[in-house]
Amino acid sequence: MEILYAFFIAPFVDMASDHIFFAEVVIVGLLTGVMYSLVALGFVLIFKASGVFNFAQGVMVLFAALTLVGLMEHGAPVWLALIVTVGVMIALAFAVEWIMLRRLVNQEEIVLFMSTIGLSFVLQGLGETVWGSNVKPLDIGIPDESFEVGGILLHEFDLFAAASGAVLVTVLAVFFHFTRIGRALRAVADDHQAALSVGIPLKTIWIIVWSVAGMVGLVAGIMWGAKSGVQFSLSLIALKALPVLILGGFTSVPGAIVGGLIIGVGEKIAEIYWGPLFGGAIENWFAYVLALVFLLFRPQGLFGERIIERV
Amino acid sequence: MLYREAGQLKTSYAADQMIFPILQDRIFVILVVVAAYLVPLIANEYWLQAVLIPFLILALAAIGLNILTGYAGQLSLGTGGFMAVGGYMTYKITTAFPDLNVLIAVLMAGLIAALVGLVFGIPSLRIKGFYLAVATLAAQFFILWLFNKVGWFVNYSPSGTITAPPRTLLGIMVTGPEATAPTRYLVVLTFVALFALVAKNLVRGRIGRSWMAIRDMDIAAEIIGIRPYQTKLLAFAISSFYCGVAGGLYVFCYLGSAETEAFNIFLSFNVLFMIIIGGLGSILGSFLGAAFITMVPIFLTNAPPLIGLSMPIDLQKHIEVMTFGGLIIFFLIVEPHGIARLWQIAKEKLRLWPFPY
Amino acid sequence: MTQKARQIGDTLLKVEGVSLSFGGIKALNDVSFEIREREILAIIGPNGAGKSSMLNVINGFYHPQEGTITYKGKTRKQMKPHAAAKTGIARTFQNIALFRGMSTLDNIMTGRLLKMRRNFLWQAIYWGPAKQEEMAHRASVEQIIDFLEIQSIRRTPVGRLPYGLQKRVELGRALAAEPDLLLLDEPMAGMNVEEKEDMCRFVLDLNDEFGTTIALIEHDMSVVMDISDRVVVLDYGRKIADGSPDQVRANKDVIDAYLGVGHD
Repeated sequence: MEILYAFFIAPFVDMASDHIFFAEVVIVGLLTGVMYSLVALGFVLIFKASGVFNFAQGVMVLFAALTLVGLMEHGAPVWLALIVTVGVMIALAFAVEWIMLRRLVNQEEIVLFMSTIGLSFVLQGLGETVWGSNVKPLDIGIPDESFEVGGILLHEFDLFAAASGAVLVTVLAVFFHFTRIGRALRAVADDHQAALSVGIPLKTIWIIVWSVAGMVGLVAGIMWGAKSGVQFSLSLIALKALPVLILGGFTSVPGAIVGGLIIGVGEKIAEIYWGPLFGGAIENWFAYVLALVFLLFRPQGLFGERIIERV
Repeated sequence: MLYREAGQLKTSYAADQMIFPILQDRIFVILVVVAAYLVPLIANEYWLQAVLIPFLILALAAIGLNILTGYAGQLSLGTGGFMAVGGYMTYKITTAFPDLNVLIAVLMAGLIAALVGLVFGIPSLRIKGFYLAVATLAAQFFILWLFNKVGWFVNYSPSGTITAPPRTLLGIMVTGPEATAPTRYLVVLTFVALFALVAKNLVRGRIGRSWMAIRDMDIAAEIIGIRPYQTKLLAFAISSFYCGVAGGLYVFCYLGSAETEAFNIFLSFNVLFMIIIGGLGSILGSFLGAAFITMVPIFLTNAPPLIGLSMPIDLQKHIEVMTFGGLIIFFLIVEPHGIARLWQIAKEKLRLWPFPY
Repeated sequence: MTQKARQIGDTLLKVEGVSLSFGGIKALNDVSFEIREREILAIIGPNGAGKSSMLNVINGFYHPQEGTITYKGKTRKQMKPHAAAKTGIARTFQNIALFRGMSTLDNIMTGRLLKMRRNFLWQAIYWGPAKQEEMAHRASVEQIIDFLEIQSIRRTPVGRLPYGLQKRVELGRALAAEPDLLLLDEPMAGMNVEEKEDMCRFVLDLNDEFGTTIALIEHDMSVVMDISDRVVVLDYGRKIADGSPDQVRANKDVIDAYLGVGHD
């Protein structure tokens, strides 16, 4: 009886009794969610356009942030460091296409997926070899005053992150739907060989997509890095992106956002209000279980495409 | 010249469907098995402890994962979690029943792992591919969290580690600090040899065919009468059993003591690498892949000093990681079907040797 | 012909009033016909008429919104694929649904799966009952391989076989189940004249020697007229004719459907 109360009633009572705190938890959750979404966006881009689930996306976030910080540590001003990092990510896209993607064109998904895991190791090792593996603080001048709205504590930084996320998403959504290249990207995601036979330059498309994903990764890296320092654990965020993608659908840009927000808020609320019942740290697995439950009822995610099988 | 099948005519279906129908293969395999048992006579402690024992145990886990992912086509990223179940439950059972033969404890832990695998396989009815991988990730993270949080599993030890207590088999110490490397090696070798044989029997018969049918086209499989759900659940159960037993051996005959970190997601990835690089849907491939993945870090650690390069340790670690990743990519490009396929091609060439075609 | 007609028995399968929709599209509209034991029935019609959908309904892959299916005396509102397979319905597919990773032999052996009883423990040991069962089934499968003349490709992974041979292997897998009712979806599509003659010979031999009831979808009219006992014609999801080949050939509605005369 007590257990039932503790599980089903008490947490809601807690939420209601301290609205301010609850609102703050929700907001923290939303903002973590935005961060997840930024990472998930990179995934969606690459998956949408090349059908590859890029496990290395998390490491790309780390790598971009490392490069930026490393350059700044060596004395480069912020704007120069940013430009050079963008260049590095584009060069990376070229390298990935030339060394990996081109030679794995017709392989099954799982082979491509495994190769991105290999890529993640390479990038991680490379980043740490070149820039070292200590935790680095990242400061590119994003304002971080706090202020109160209706009794709830907010930080400028978080709002800035949310705003960048929103801008990115809008730009990408427009790009995919209204431009010629966007259409070509969707064709490539559907069927590589068919796209090739219609004359779509696979190579160029891939380079474009991976570059864009790299830049999205850079934005994500800046946000995460400024918040908690640039460090190895950044690369493990990739694993959190999976539940986000499940919820939102693997191929949907708005889905990545919505999914990220839901996971972010859900995780935080679960941890704060139900966590103590379990001894804490349920954030480790909550997102996956949530995604799993979701999958059982809606396998393609909120915005994903329905797969219909014909015989 | 050596590898000709001439004269080896099969006069019965049984002869045709043997595991090693070609005589030279049979001889080769027998030699390998005999040599494997004789290894402790010549190998030093390091090779046994650091290379051969983990190779065998991971090969067993790789066979388990291959059954689920390679034969039945269900992608799983939860191998570490299932191995953890095997390791921790072996610990619980043997500490609760100290007189019970430790190998029985390992088998029982394997059965528990099979049950857990069954539970996490339930979503496979409706979910496929990468989406199913999420369910297995949930298993991976949840199981490790459970073993971390719930003190019962570690007998309330404050450090959270489980340590293999000394146990004997036929009067000889097989686990615990006094068990010698050769003893542990032989125990593991016997387990793995038997389990590999059983796996091969399963996959070449009715069950293996129904798994492969589900993997290749589950709709058609359903229409010829295969029950997809039961078949997938069976794959989850058997695969988790294998991984659980491997986990028990991992703690008891290799590590000696372990924490949940020993079974983390990187272990799952490693085993997945093994079956991809070794060859999906191939028992031999599981061995070859395990050998590859076990050897690479050792090679990378020992090679630079051999060619006269010396580097600070952490730099060397980073370069190792990079090279590992690079090798994986290289391998996937060169032979996506794994070393087993290369082996087959080599055998084909050997049949013709010394003629070019 | 008359000798054959005497052998044809009672109704084996009957569909009555079957309607099937996918969202707004009505694939089948109130279709009724029957298949009699030991006959060869051809289902023909222009593309998109609903022929494959009809087969899918019979073997349980699609579930009709209206109508019933009566098979071996038992009436159901819908078939389940496992039940269909268990009670003796086997089929081939328009786009070939073979298991690409397996060899010819293994593919055909999967057709015997429902007949394999030995449980998983015997399978693990292999020596003994499981092996005996395996060998017994291998023997039956070899008979089919002989019948279809595909000995040389026993061990080849089917993904590597040319289209015509794949179709033969698929037929072999369907036969391995020793079906009472065999559904063939365009078994001769994409074949040249010799291959078609071979296929026709197989179909007729099956019917003659084993008394298998066969329903086939086919576009080649000469084949249809030659080998079938009766013909059912579908157009836009409706049945527009049902009778002997000669009757159907002379039917005005059928001619209109094929020549594309305007519909309302």
